[in-house]
Amino acid sequence: MTREVSIATSWGVGLTLALGALIVAGSRNLAHFDAALVAYTFSILFATFGLTYRYAMWLQRPPTAVYWRRGWQVFFRSGWRLRNAGTWFRRLVSEFLANRFIFQRNRLRGITHLLIMWGCLIAVAITFPLVFGWLHFQPVAGDLSLYEAVIFGFPVFRFPHESAVAFFLFHGLVWASFLVIAGVMLAMRRRMREEGAAALQRFAEDFMPLILLFAVSLTGLMLTASYTWMKGYGYTFIAILHAITVIGTFLWLPFGKFFHIFQRPAQMGVGFYKDVGRAEAKACCRGCGHAFTSRMHVEDLMEVERKLGYRYEIPGTEAEHYQWICPSCRRASLAIAQGLLWRGRRGGVPLEADARAISMPVRVNRGMGEGPLGVEDAENFYP
Amino acid sequence: MARRNTRGSLNPNSESVLLMPVPDNLEFFIDPSRCIGCQACIQACSECDTHKGQSMIQLDWVDRAQSTQTVPVVCMHCESPTCAEVCPADAIKRTGDGVVQTARKPRCIACNNCVLACPFGVPKMNTGMNLMMKCDMCYDRASVGLKPMCASVCPSQALAFGTREEMARLRPSARPANTFQFGAQTIRTKVNIMIPRDSPTDIVDVTSSMYEPALGCELLDGLFAESLYEG
Repeated sequence: MTREVSIATSWGVGLTLALGALIVAGSRNLAHFDAALVAYTFSILFATFGLTYRYAMWLQRPPTAVYWRRGWQVFFRSGWRLRNAGTWFRRLVSEFLANRFIFQRNRLRGITHLLIMWGCLIAVAITFPLVFGWLHFQPVAGDLSLYEAVIFGFPVFRFPHESAVAFFLFHGLVWASFLVIAGVMLAMRRRMREEGAAALQRFAEDFMPLILLFAVSLTGLMLTASYTWMKGYGYTFIAILHAITVIGTFLWLPFGKFFHIFQRPAQMGVGFYKDVGRAEAKACCRGCGHAFTSRMHVEDLMEVERKLGYRYEIPGTEAEHYQWICPSCRRASLAIAQGLLWRGRRGGVPLEADARAISMPVRVNRGMGEGPLGVEDAENFYP
Repeated sequence: MARRNTRGSLNPNSESVLLMPVPDNLEFFIDPSRCIGCQACIQACSECDTHKGQSMIQLDWVDRAQSTQTVPVVCMHCESPTCAEVCPADAIKRTGDGVVQTARKPRCIACNNCVLACPFGVPKMNTGMNLMMKCDMCYDRASVGLKPMCASVCPSQALAFGTREEMARLRPSARPANTFQFGAQTIRTKVNIMIPRDSPTDIVDVTSSMYEPALGCELLDGLFAESLYEG
């Protein structure tokens, strides 16, 4: 077993045991644990191990490790903490809760993701506490028209069981299903209509999660339909079918597309890294002399590349390392290198090599509608 | 099954699961010295279905004040893609046919590592979308045997897509090479660059040419260059 695997396994086992302990404690020594849901509990415990293991392995990759470390360093950097806390809250709302960046990619994709994400979040917020025995409802002694929500063994609030609040709460998973099914339909529609998506999509990565979410939502709704309108017809069969789909989804969590749910928050760290980098020392291209990114980013990339086994060092030159050359100069150098191989063969005029640095390459299409895609491209390519 | 990279280690960014691979006999050939800077590739590129509306071609003047030389750069699809290996989010995958795909949308965290690490300066960062975008050889077309958009419109065929036999017939004085030197690092690519048939070397040494002047710079006089700077 390699060191990385040992570390990941330890984290996986540790967090799984911690969750197990929380289940015992939150359900008051399993007093409120619903034995009928034990299969759900064990599938979640397995998913916890799998997710933690994969996350720990992922964090040990050189680029991820550097960003993880740097992300926390810049977040807690002196003079930045208050600003970072404000930025964190703002980005949490705009990027994560409202999916702003996905709406920028495409409005329909934004709506699709928002529906699926909020449907899943609501479902998880209801299901997990119930499965773990952290949440249960009980009638209030002395007033049987009231229900009491008990969280971690503590009574939290009461409500009439014939009220709109009760109807809304007890059908929470139905509302979640509506959101998820609508989102899955939109996602499927896009995948069946777009040629770009058709060329790149794969069954396990792109269709499997949608099918699983649809199956969970549909069988969940069938349960509600069975006990509400069909006097419990086929309830046991549907309950088993629903359990299979839910457990299948939990088991799939660590392996497929769902893992992005846990990777995505890294975007926050990247944001702080860029904010701080932009305000601090710049890296100047050692070809054209222009600043093109933060010095911190270039130095970190050189460290990552060395750890990965790349050798972009250029001994004996003022550049020292290829990472100090801006992307525009790299492209220009490629053309010059190829052109020099043709020296004397095309055009017949041998070129006199000139020791001076070339001036900054300028994109031929500048100002003609195909400029940079974002602020960073403007900085990196047109310093 | 993971594919071995040029440094002998297992490349975790390779995938063998393919819907439809780019046919083995069709290859991409670039010849920057044939580029006339017409921008047809830029316009055509944005028609591609995998990144519609966004052009992934990088087209630069090499030294605008001194030379008319232009350079079109598409993704070279490295055998050991630096962009993919420095990606902290594991968002860039190389399919079994050797095409380095653009960033997976759910995974890309827009860190900009790939943009700064690519030895050819290819990836672009769409800041608003939090998404890296790059040339994927028009995968929707190439995977069914069609030319990528840029190669289908390039009038001088600086960007060409076809078989090796076709290229040998059309360009008898040239041959394809796919090995590049960047300092101490050698990078092999799926995309070929055209070098003289009798070239004594198979390697295009990019970093040794970093401080060389652009082609044809001696044809423009200093006065013209100065007026450009002033303008």
